Amino acid sequence: MTENATIAVAMSGGVDSSTVAAILARAGNSVVGLTLQLWDQTRLAGRHGIPDAPKAGRCCSLDDVYDARRVAEHLGIPYYVVNQEDRFERDVVRPFVDEYLAGRTPVPCSLCNNHIKFDQLLKTARSIGAERIATGHYAVNEYDAGRGRWILKRPADRAKDQTYFLFGLTQEQLAHTLFPLGAMAKPEVRALARQHGLKLAEKPDSQEICFVPGGDYKRFLAAYLEEQGEPAPETAGELVSASGEVIGTHEGIFHFTVGQRKGLGVASPTPLYVLNIDAASHRVTVGADAELAHRELRAQRVNWISIPSLTGPMRVRAKIRHRHEPAWATLEPATGADGSRAEANDAVLVTFDEPQRAVTPGQSAVFYDGDEVVGGGWIV
Amino acid sequence: MHRAYMDANATTPLLPEVMEAMRPFWMEDFGNASSIHRQGQRARTAVDRAREALAEFFYCRESEVVFNSGGTEGDNTALFGLVRPGDHLITTAIEHSAVLRAAERLEEHGAEVTFVPPLANGLIDPAAIREAIRPNTRLISVMLANNETGVLQPVEEMGKIAAETGVFFHIDAVQGAGKVAFDVRRFGCQLLSISAHKMHGPKGVGALYVRRGTPLEPLVVGGSHERRQRAGTENVPGIVGLGRAAELAMACLEDGTIARMTGLRDRLEKGILKLSDTGVNGGGAPRVANTTNIRFEQVEGEALVIALDLKGVAVSGGSACHSGSTEPSHVLMAMGLDKNAARASLRFSLLRTATEADVDQVLSVVPEAVEHLRAISPVAAGTAG
Repeated sequence: MTENATIAVAMSGGVDSSTVAAILARAGNSVVGLTLQLWDQTRLAGRHGIPDAPKAGRCCSLDDVYDARRVAEHLGIPYYVVNQEDRFERDVVRPFVDEYLAGRTPVPCSLCNNHIKFDQLLKTARSIGAERIATGHYAVNEYDAGRGRWILKRPADRAKDQTYFLFGLTQEQLAHTLFPLGAMAKPEVRALARQHGLKLAEKPDSQEICFVPGGDYKRFLAAYLEEQGEPAPETAGELVSASGEVIGTHEGIFHFTVGQRKGLGVASPTPLYVLNIDAASHRVTVGADAELAHRELRAQRVNWISIPSLTGPMRVRAKIRHRHEPAWATLEPATGADGSRAEANDAVLVTFDEPQRAVTPGQSAVFYDGDEVVGGGWIV
Repeated sequence: MHRAYMDANATTPLLPEVMEAMRPFWMEDFGNASSIHRQGQRARTAVDRAREALAEFFYCRESEVVFNSGGTEGDNTALFGLVRPGDHLITTAIEHSAVLRAAERLEEHGAEVTFVPPLANGLIDPAAIREAIRPNTRLISVMLANNETGVLQPVEEMGKIAAETGVFFHIDAVQGAGKVAFDVRRFGCQLLSISAHKMHGPKGVGALYVRRGTPLEPLVVGGSHERRQRAGTENVPGIVGLGRAAELAMACLEDGTIARMTGLRDRLEKGILKLSDTGVNGGGAPRVANTTNIRFEQVEGEALVIALDLKGVAVSGGSACHSGSTEPSHVLMAMGLDKNAARASLRFSLLRTATEADVDQVLSVVPEAVEHLRAISPVAAGTAG
């Protein structure tokens, strides 16, 4: 086997990536395990009630590095921890904080995939002599000779589908990435883990954002800003109804997400939801559930996967958050704010057949043609 | 694949003679050195012989040798055992974390600490130590040889300053042991710590030289072992191993081993420096024979360590006690390197048993690996910082 056949497996210490390492190593490939050290889980401990000891089952906790190392030992593969904390903070954590402060709702996992896992990790892999990386993501990628493109597809296990977070992968990245779990269901993966003698076969899945303890992003923002010595920006303002009537006040726009119902601090006979967050005026508009529905959205910084570019209208199903059932829509190239076509390939107008609830700026919109990911972009 | 181990400053293997010396003390001569009976006496004799060897090694009295668990314990004992709230401690910015973290803890408990920065070549200027002295200065703690660069500090001059000003002097000599001859009187120190595993002895054992009359409070209390300076049943096999390792280290200082190591290190260094955009950190200062710290501009050191490991060359990006941490080497940063340059630096440290074949192996894989890294993933200025 040539050295070029070496595969670097991104090992998080969880069942999925551990099983990927086992499958590839047992099939006779030359495998190197890499764990990305992205965030010091004790860094903000004690600030604003952030606990001292992180739970297991989160990226970068010492327990997870320990688990990944034990799997590598068990498989007899070389294993290294690669520190990417600086890049992670710059490309994922800081944008996450800034997006919330600007009244948007970010998707840090996509940023991490775009900037860290499939960019920096691939570079690290290549620098140590591995031309390809493999991850435990549930997705399928395959080369379509007819179109001359790498195609990203939804996995067999729809409940575990992670393609929403992978829309930013370039052709180059897809060409050097393996998703060995794409055809498997989670129970099969656990069964394989047991077959390969992995002690962590029953380890629970991680769900939350790896650097936000307990999923409490407001507490994280406060602790991070305090650590950075930055005062939280003054974004307190008015709560207004859709007709513009002031019905209350709030303590900062970063407390809100479009579609949010709890914690609005106003009494109303009918349930109220956040409809819109205006970062300039600090106004948060609230209204009835029915008013949350929109037919149109614009997405920018679009990455195309199954097509080289969007040249005319295209029928797709569009997914606008992780837990959203993709809905029929028509894509059209959008013109820039100044009417130019300069950013035409970079921005799209999405028109849904049926209005969709809670289109949220900062989230991504990912477009599907059947199982194929056509592309995706960031909702403005 | 022949593996070239170039990380002796992290740890060293036992020499066969050390292994042999230790062997009887695991099962046959297993006694507790404090016991009255014959088994105990055999253990006591072995510990006494090792103490004799260490006294010769330090050039001190046998009663001034305290066995312990290694360098970290020795360093911790020196600092915590002498410095009280309100006292002033002088140390340097390039010490091992066993000293730095202890100094920080003393600071938290009300002591004052001065961290003297090094010159650009890694040397601590004795004049800077003298300038840092205050009326309440209790202790000066400086390392003999830096673990990352190998730079040897002018401890004798510092010892004179300490003596003139009536301040205690501790030397962390962990990385100097077996590489330079010790003479604690000439060094002018009251305390000096070493660790067995850095000089082909076993892990988990070390020794602290404590000059007679030094009012050092023990760190570990309990039984009356080690003249009440360090409680706990003696690690007899470990102490025997340390004693034998010390004897062998003394021999190697006189039999041409050091000159041979210097020759190998210099050939390795010269060979690597043929690569463009490389340099030696601390190269302008006196250094121990086995260490060189090389800067590979535009290379991510972490990736190079992994790439070299996969090609059979074991090196490190700095102190093994810091691997996995975010921060680039505090030693190189204190010498004025920026983050990128510090992260682009690797330490090559040779074993006493290193061979020409080891150096050949390094020189056959390093240039290719460095050029590959530079071609694939150039570190753009500022991106890693």
